[in-house]
Amino acid sequence: MAIIENHKTVGNPLCDSAKLSARDVCVYYGEKKAIHDVSLDIGKNEVIALIGPSGCGKSTFLRCLNRMNDTIDICSVTGQILLDGDNIYDSKVDVVPLRATVGMVFQKPNPFPKSIYDNIAYGPRIHGLASSRVDLDEIVEKSLQRAGLWSEVKDRLHSPGTGLSGGQQQRLCIARTIAVDPEVILMDEPCSALDPIATAKIEELIDELRDNYTIAIVTHSMQQAARVSQRTAYFHLGQLIEVNSTDKVFTTPQHQLTEAYITGRFG
Amino acid sequence: MTDSTMTTRQKVEASMKRRRSAETRFRVYGMASVLFGVLCLVVLFGNIFGKGTSAFTQTVLTTELTIDAAELGVTSASTEQELRNADYEGLIKDHFKAAYEPKGRKERRDLYKLISVGAAWQLQEMVIENPSLVGQTLQVNLIMDDDVDQWFKHEYGNDSGSIRLSEKQLEWLNSWAESGDLHTRFNTTFFMNGDSREPELAGIRGAITGTFLTLLVTFLLSFPIGVAAAIYLEEFAPKNRLTEIVEININNLAAVPSITFGLLGLAIFINMFGVARSTPLVGGLVLTLMTLPTIIISGRAAIKAVPPSIREAALGLGASKMQTVFHHVLPLALPGMLTGTIIGMAQALGETAPLLMIGMIAFVVDVPGFINDPSTVLPVQIFLWSDSPERAFTERTSGAIMVLLGFLIIMNTAAVMLRRRLERRW
Repeated sequence: MAIIENHKTVGNPLCDSAKLSARDVCVYYGEKKAIHDVSLDIGKNEVIALIGPSGCGKSTFLRCLNRMNDTIDICSVTGQILLDGDNIYDSKVDVVPLRATVGMVFQKPNPFPKSIYDNIAYGPRIHGLASSRVDLDEIVEKSLQRAGLWSEVKDRLHSPGTGLSGGQQQRLCIARTIAVDPEVILMDEPCSALDPIATAKIEELIDELRDNYTIAIVTHSMQQAARVSQRTAYFHLGQLIEVNSTDKVFTTPQHQLTEAYITGRFG
Repeated sequence: MTDSTMTTRQKVEASMKRRRSAETRFRVYGMASVLFGVLCLVVLFGNIFGKGTSAFTQTVLTTELTIDAAELGVTSASTEQELRNADYEGLIKDHFKAAYEPKGRKERRDLYKLISVGAAWQLQEMVIENPSLVGQTLQVNLIMDDDVDQWFKHEYGNDSGSIRLSEKQLEWLNSWAESGDLHTRFNTTFFMNGDSREPELAGIRGAITGTFLTLLVTFLLSFPIGVAAAIYLEEFAPKNRLTEIVEININNLAAVPSITFGLLGLAIFINMFGVARSTPLVGGLVLTLMTLPTIIISGRAAIKAVPPSIREAALGLGASKMQTVFHHVLPLALPGMLTGTIIGMAQALGETAPLLMIGMIAFVVDVPGFINDPSTVLPVQIFLWSDSPERAFTERTSGAIMVLLGFLIIMNTAAVMLRRRLERRW
């Protein structure tokens, strides 16, 4: 399947109360263009699901939103990504506060090889968010509670985070991210390494977090996209094909590629 | 056999015999090579241990000796200087002359030659330490000459005579040995003395101290520099031509023959910067050059082995590059880095060639006190002794090799244990 020439995203890529807005974003890995002119708004307190076949650029796009792609030497980004109206690719922007505002949860649970407590406390410590030991304890407890992990680990806060089960580790990573109190959370296939029960817990958690955070989630599971998101964006070979409310995408897709993908004809 | 009427299963089974024998063959090759390696090691160790263990004992003669105040011209109230200047050698000679009544000059000389010159120093030290011994009759263990030492340890009881000892000497020695006065004891001299022209007085303390000081300098310089270079190259350096050239050259440095580093040290540290030659300082500098590539390469490998997910996790939380490296990457890479460092240091411990170039081959009797005192190191000491004609030095050469091997084994074990203990799983 070739790239569609001059494709214009169908549906409603823009929204009124945008937290993050991407405008004409192109991403290159060396010579290769991985993302073609994507314009997409991510609204405040919404969960947007990015779906599409493997290699379609959804993770790459997600990683642009907090400039994690900066760590890849050959990767370059053009276009604008605005966070509350300010371009995060502006030369004046420091990635440190940006990443504190736009947190990220990765595909594979990646707790630090430290205690559960230190995993959560690391972010607040480096950003100076806690003024005292008591403060820090409170942040740790609150974050673990919001991630639904408190009751499971409160008796072993000082045992290593790597000793938890996969699902617990991923919730620990989510707790670690929200301990820094970000405004946006990016999730890159957070459940792909988890069993259905752990997945259900994470999905529940995402639903709860929506009240306070803006969430963009990349997922391979269309059921998951349907369950947790309000809007869904379909990527195909680096192009943003269609964006609409999740209901609409899954019931009446406008573009034939979207339809083909969600009905399982390829992917 | 493999015609089209056979089923796949039959074909597979037909090929099994060939495959099994290939496997057996390979296993035999593997075991043979391991066996060969072990055999070489056994021969090497057997040879060294066979020659070297006797270096750890020393032949002494127990005798009753009067510290004659009149003959020495001192009293128990004399100053240290007077005690030091007294003629202890004369005292020993007179004692033996009186006891064994040698006839003529030749016999007298033969008798005196059996006792090491170190025996007089032994007495001198005893008296200086405790002046009240003056005038008393003591039982002392006098160090014997190396020829006696070798004869007693290897030939006594063989009745084969000796090239180095005369009939008369053997007569005396046999009588002492039979009475039990001539016996061996643990060779403290070997561990407490510096080098000496007299084999029975030569020890490795100077070389060990020199080695320790040299390695200290090497470690203090190469560890921080190596780790810093590894971190910079792996985490911060831009990936461009220049970095690539630096990388290639570090790998090249690791392969440079070590004597070249000695020449470099001679030209730069000694001739250009005027660092004193033959000192642990310049030795350490040269060995630093040699150890650095090892530490940098192993350090980079250790950093590379830290999973990128840990870096992403830290960066994703808003940690700066520095924080990511120092809070997460470095602690995880440290065991690997330390292992590399210890292996590098073990290499430096056994290094001889570059140190020859910077004068550490000098004959140094004194034990070095600091990094700018002239000194030698264990491998060079081994080299020096292996070149000496006296048979007693051959024994000491092997003894020193055993000590060096002991240090190497300790260091390598430490590296393995450190790696085991600090290794964290993720």
